[in-house]
Amino acid sequence: MSVKRKRVHQFIVVDPELCTGCETCESVCSFVHDGEFNPINTRIHRVRIEPIFNIALACQKCEDAPCIRSCPEKALDKDEDGSIIVDSDKCNGCGFCVRACDFGVITLHLDNQIALVCDLCEGMREEFIDPGVGKREPQCIAVCPKEAISLKSVEQIGEETRIQAVKRLFGDVTEFGLKK
Amino acid sequence: MSKSKEISIPEQVKGYSQVRLDVDLTTGKVEKTTLSEKFCRDWIGGYGFAAKILWDELKPGVDPLSPDNIFLFAIGPFPTTILPTSSKYGVFAKSPLTGMFGMSISSGSVGAQARRAGVNLIVFRGKSPEPVYMVVDDNDYYLVPCEKTLWGKGCWETEELLREEFQDQRLAVMAIGPAGERMSKMACITNDRNRQAGRTGMGAVMGSKNLKAICFRGTKSTKVAQPTEFYKMAKKLIKVANGPATAKYRDLGTPAGITSYNKLGMFPVRNHQEGTWEEIDNGAFTGDTLNIDWVVKKVACTDCSIACDHITQVPKTHPDYPNLFASIDVEICYSFGSACGNPDWPTVFKCVALCDDLGIDAISGGVTAAMCMECFEKGLVTEKDLGYKLPFGSTKNLVRFTEEMILGQGFAGEVFGDGTRQAGIRLEEMGQKNAGFYGMHIKGLELPAFDLHGMSSFAVGESVSIRGACHLRNGAYGLDAKGTYDRFGYDKPLERGKAIKNLEDIYAIIDSYIVCKFTRGIYENDAEMAKVYELVTGIPHTEESINLRGDAIVTLSKCFNIREGWTRADDHPPEKFFKEAHTKGPAKGVTLKEDGYQKLLSGYYEARGWDTETGIPTDETLKKLSLDFVIGKLKPVSGGRKK
Repeated sequence: MSVKRKRVHQFIVVDPELCTGCETCESVCSFVHDGEFNPINTRIHRVRIEPIFNIALACQKCEDAPCIRSCPEKALDKDEDGSIIVDSDKCNGCGFCVRACDFGVITLHLDNQIALVCDLCEGMREEFIDPGVGKREPQCIAVCPKEAISLKSVEQIGEETRIQAVKRLFGDVTEFGLKK
Repeated sequence: MSKSKEISIPEQVKGYSQVRLDVDLTTGKVEKTTLSEKFCRDWIGGYGFAAKILWDELKPGVDPLSPDNIFLFAIGPFPTTILPTSSKYGVFAKSPLTGMFGMSISSGSVGAQARRAGVNLIVFRGKSPEPVYMVVDDNDYYLVPCEKTLWGKGCWETEELLREEFQDQRLAVMAIGPAGERMSKMACITNDRNRQAGRTGMGAVMGSKNLKAICFRGTKSTKVAQPTEFYKMAKKLIKVANGPATAKYRDLGTPAGITSYNKLGMFPVRNHQEGTWEEIDNGAFTGDTLNIDWVVKKVACTDCSIACDHITQVPKTHPDYPNLFASIDVEICYSFGSACGNPDWPTVFKCVALCDDLGIDAISGGVTAAMCMECFEKGLVTEKDLGYKLPFGSTKNLVRFTEEMILGQGFAGEVFGDGTRQAGIRLEEMGQKNAGFYGMHIKGLELPAFDLHGMSSFAVGESVSIRGACHLRNGAYGLDAKGTYDRFGYDKPLERGKAIKNLEDIYAIIDSYIVCKFTRGIYENDAEMAKVYELVTGIPHTEESINLRGDAIVTLSKCFNIREGWTRADDHPPEKFFKEAHTKGPAKGVTLKEDGYQKLLSGYYEARGWDTETGIPTDETLKKLSLDFVIGKLKPVSGGRKK
């Protein structure tokens, strides 16, 4: 389970090695926000390229976000975590943000045509909050059967990649220095 | 005992869309009606829906490949929810392979997309004057002629072309290949590339109706009766579904069983001549080797937590099958592997890929190839007949045979292209006496990956299966593998019968819900299975009442078979198990004993409340199961089942 850090922009990251393409993340995303299952109203999107590649994508929280820039109604903004927030009074469903997003992770809700973008479940319904957790947390991470989804910042991703690279380069580092 | 009648029906049921479509392929008319809440409560979904509708609406004695047959598509109340393995669908008809109740279940994205389109059940009748595919696109239902665009194409290309046509990579497509078009009795339906409704020739029924494919997509939501409670339980079940209960399906996959069943002498080798194999003993042909050397990815169906689909890849440098991908489970390790005496993995993968793409059931296909190999060994089929040699262990010739068998080409296609029972009949007509002895089928359906020599309980479980030889109607192989009863003996017939019945009843519910048998173990008990149904639908079924419904569903589909001409003699394993024993392994020298087997069979009938002599449900039992409408209608019609 990932711990959320304030003011470090963390976003949903999916490991394609672990992702099986089961779409559970999509179903649960719609369910915890709307109280009914409809994967079209999801904020995380599975992509399968046959025969073996599977991944899911959600908002990457771009620094200079094209979706915000592209909105003619100025309906999109960022909160302090870097999440894109949609002003549903201003959003008129024009879909420019959908076209602007380089990752295709903004869609429009089927019922009201308001832009849907990952809010790290800040907008999930009260009744689905796990009493054991006691607060809102990304439900795709909570239910992903393969623990393929996590919350990470670019800094964390870089750090993990560096550690893996060092292990590749130096082998069993617990033995380092002892062989002399 | 609580009767289903007493289970209250809420004003509005959830989960189910309750939409039934009736498609008359002859006229192209589509009619939409509503399934009643009572119908949903009593028949649950999938298998149950089909048992009732085929009993009520299919004229007895029809030719399965004629326009008179019904082809039925059904889901239950769960698809598109996050209940593990909920995205399953079933297809049903009178089977061209068995002449009895035909059913096959598959998953992938089809169940979920059908639910999103808002369809619960589709009944296809008649025959289209030209090849068509059916589109269910939310509330748009229509047929599209496809003689020039799709007819003749493989299942994989058909799916790709339709997804391109609709500009939608999420379009769910059920398609038949050339084998279904030519109405091979073994023809399957392929969806999501690697998933098949394989058994009992449902692809041939689609082909007989000129129905090349069915596509689904939709935008509708699914509400559940008790969202908060359901979410809590679903999260728990997803967790459990990644625990020990399903480890074997996730890790090595079902091929993990190769080693364990080989140790017990239960893994069929060389057309069930043996139950153990040196290629397994030496580690060459095991689940471990398969996973270490060949599996590159495990893929899941929609809303499945397990991801059992083990995808193998043949390296790009392989001389014959470079970069070939195939979807592998234990059944095909048996059918095209051990049953054919073939330990060459790429050959297995190639044969399976041919079956999945060109459209036949890979179990029936491999077992039919194994029959030909044994006939070749015995001189009943020769090199002159085939144009090539086909001894056990063949590789390239096995691939060649498989392709001909699927496409109906040459001697292989003409004689073996409709499965083992037909091959036996054809060879005997050609003067090869007793060739049918080598066809390993029950009721015409080829055997799955268990050798029955030393499995006296499963010999009954597999033989009483409604759809013919099958391990998934009651899973009674577990009684032998776990040693619940003496697997070489025939004691406790009623007790064994009850054990098989109890498994069969809950399996009928699993096939009606429809969820995957792999999640059987994630529920604490049947009460929890009933609870999850109530949380989704609002119908307060209980452990007792669902089991009673399971009993009713099994019994009604049995009545269907009786009406089509079933007799006690049809509930019988192949003669080989009674006459030829293994030469090695734990079941060495063992054969099934006819009198013992018959005693156990009667025990099963007794446990079911069916006449212990004839195997026909008694009026008392029919009344108990609220199947009063069957009483007096159990006489087989003349001109019924043709073998």
